[in-house]
Amino acid sequence: MVLKAFFPTCCASADSGLLVGRWVPEQSSAVVLAVVHFPFIPIQVKELLAQVQQASRVGVAVLGTWCHRRQEPEESLGHFLEGLGAIFSHEPWLQLCRERGSKFWSCKATRRQVPTCPATSGEDQVMLVFYDQRKVLLSQLHPPAALPDRQAGDATASAVGLAAVFDTVARSEALFRSDRFDEGPVRLSHWQSEGVEASILVELAKWAAGPICLLLTCLLSLVSAASACRMFKLWPLSFVWSKLSTCEQLRHRLEQLTLVFSTQKAKNPTQLMRKANMLVSVLLDVALGLVLLSWLHRKDRIGQLADALIPVADHVAEELQHLLQWLMGAPAGLKMNRALDQVLGRFFLYHIHLWIGYIHLMSPFIECILWHVGLSACLGLTVALSILSDIIALLTFHIYCFYVYGARLYCLKIYGLSSLWRLFRGKKWNVLRQRVDSCSYDLDQLFIGTLLFTILVFLLPTTALYYLVFTLLRLLVVTVQGLIHLLVDLVNSLPLYSLGLRLCRPYRLAAGVKFRVLEHEAGSPLLLLMQINPLSYSRVVHTYRLPSCGCHPKHSWGSLCRKLFFGELIYPWRQRGDKQD
Amino acid sequence: MEDEQSFSDICGGRLALQRRYYSPSCREFCLSCPRISLRSLTAVTCTVWLAAYGLFTLCENSMVLSAAIFITLLGLLGYLHFVKIDQETLLIIDSLGIQMTSSYASGKESTTFIEMGKVKDVVINEAIYMQKVIYYLCILLKDPVEPHGISQVVPLFQSAKPRLDCLIEVYKSCQEILAHQKAPSTSL
Repeated sequence: MVLKAFFPTCCASADSGLLVGRWVPEQSSAVVLAVVHFPFIPIQVKELLAQVQQASRVGVAVLGTWCHRRQEPEESLGHFLEGLGAIFSHEPWLQLCRERGSKFWSCKATRRQVPTCPATSGEDQVMLVFYDQRKVLLSQLHPPAALPDRQAGDATASAVGLAAVFDTVARSEALFRSDRFDEGPVRLSHWQSEGVEASILVELAKWAAGPICLLLTCLLSLVSAASACRMFKLWPLSFVWSKLSTCEQLRHRLEQLTLVFSTQKAKNPTQLMRKANMLVSVLLDVALGLVLLSWLHRKDRIGQLADALIPVADHVAEELQHLLQWLMGAPAGLKMNRALDQVLGRFFLYHIHLWIGYIHLMSPFIECILWHVGLSACLGLTVALSILSDIIALLTFHIYCFYVYGARLYCLKIYGLSSLWRLFRGKKWNVLRQRVDSCSYDLDQLFIGTLLFTILVFLLPTTALYYLVFTLLRLLVVTVQGLIHLLVDLVNSLPLYSLGLRLCRPYRLAAGVKFRVLEHEAGSPLLLLMQINPLSYSRVVHTYRLPSCGCHPKHSWGSLCRKLFFGELIYPWRQRGDKQD
Repeated sequence: MEDEQSFSDICGGRLALQRRYYSPSCREFCLSCPRISLRSLTAVTCTVWLAAYGLFTLCENSMVLSAAIFITLLGLLGYLHFVKIDQETLLIIDSLGIQMTSSYASGKESTTFIEMGKVKDVVINEAIYMQKVIYYLCILLKDPVEPHGISQVVPLFQSAKPRLDCLIEVYKSCQEILAHQKAPSTSL
């Protein structure tokens, strides 16, 4: 195999010295991590390498020599470098050489021991691959290569292929800690040799993060303890809490904040990204909520909203009344059963009358309630949207009631019809065997059964029409609520920090690598540049999506249609932990 | 060493294949697709603008015209950036891997690199494409679970779609390099 030498771009202009790095025999590649400059004492170099090997569990060794020649070739240096091969024995021994100011390099790899097969020569063909050390150090490969447990003895990374290069550089941080201003015995050249980079703000933030996290964790635990107290578990309150989507959203946010401000450090990069994404999502949410709040309070919009709310509710109730009057007459030219029609129509009209009375009772308090609810927008835009969704649900509660009445009636009718139809044919439903069996009925049973069947069949159009109308209204309300929930879900689960990282620092999220062939001249070795291939935006969103509330429709279209046909109640937006109906 | 030859694609359009032999272990093939033709661009623009003008005479709203201009510009930019591929390049490096790059008309480049350890073989396959039977070059990837199985087939030059003569040239060069992979392991 061709020998591949991975050389950091920052060392390309360094002075002559020794190459230090890791040799991966399975792929016949040498990953150069740093260059040790003259003068050095071999014992000290070996000590440093042993220290680094112990700290990082990477098999760091001296791989060869690096010669950056000036104009006049130095013969003595050349012999000296060759002599070093005797002190630091490594198989194969790399010799990289570059003329100052020239673009072409010369690489040699020699093997001291003659291999058993005489066909291969003592020298291997070498390919030089340049890589940006800082970017490779900071980047994360997706999907992450499965690595063995780090505590397993002297287990060096068994990552396959190019992931081994990334892993070697990432683990060798101990080697990059010394810079050229250190007074150490050995002078190294690597990406941080010009001085370790740091930012005062970042250091201050790290120092302040500890106490702040502790304080916030205490506050959050107080809040969650208060919300978990026994008083809220009493039956009416717990039922109401479970139905309101605002409580679900608040609980979700509380969980997220507890995770973000927990004093435990993130165990792996994925957890760190998740924490960062949650924090950014919460911050954006609160910012948008504050914008909404300032807009609402600016021109007394709350007062305008409150003034507009009652007439709108009245208008809706009036429209419903008109609808019922239409149903009680001859809707769409269909002939209804007069008596049943009148009964159902009057029943629903009375409900609407009660509802209008209730709204008028509430009208003096509406503005005050809206004002306080508007304040909750400072908790976040998602909370405000959830409250809006709950308000819509409360205002259209009468439509929900009508739907339930219509559905129950229709459901009863359908079941009655199917059972009596079986009786009409002389069959029966066997509950034990869950199948239809034949059965012999008495004459009077058959008579009453057929009579009831006829009655139900002739009353079917009326009930079916009421059911259809109220189901459509209910579906409309559910669609509006669904759209609001979708928006809330979007804000909740979009990984904004990861997207921002992909935009500003694309090398951090790597899907792979790409190569480019640099200037090539016949006779000199091949020079390649290895760059990081960033992850695409869709894969970033897919990988780092935050878990949302889980309020997704659980039924497929087919089962929904089936439920609608048989009159079973539909709950498209199931909250987490609800029992199935 | 550079070499340029002219071939045709499955629809009869002109393709240019550029071959670069960097070293015995590294080769690059660059296929240039036919450029966007002025005739089709003018035709599409004229159709959209005529339709917009027709709508404008119906509803007397000048927003329709500005919307049409906007849509045409956005559509053209989107087409150049996301759809129109100018060049497809295949770079094969012995013992490193195979890299495919597609360059779009707006300058965007999208690259995929497959490591040599995952490559089982490079073959020419036949496919039925609408009413034609066409040939395409593809890379077979090894299955990590089963040693002799194939986990994935990655087709190459999907937007250039060259004919068999061009594919044979590329295939022969790739096989020469892949032969290095198999040879040392059998001789040692």
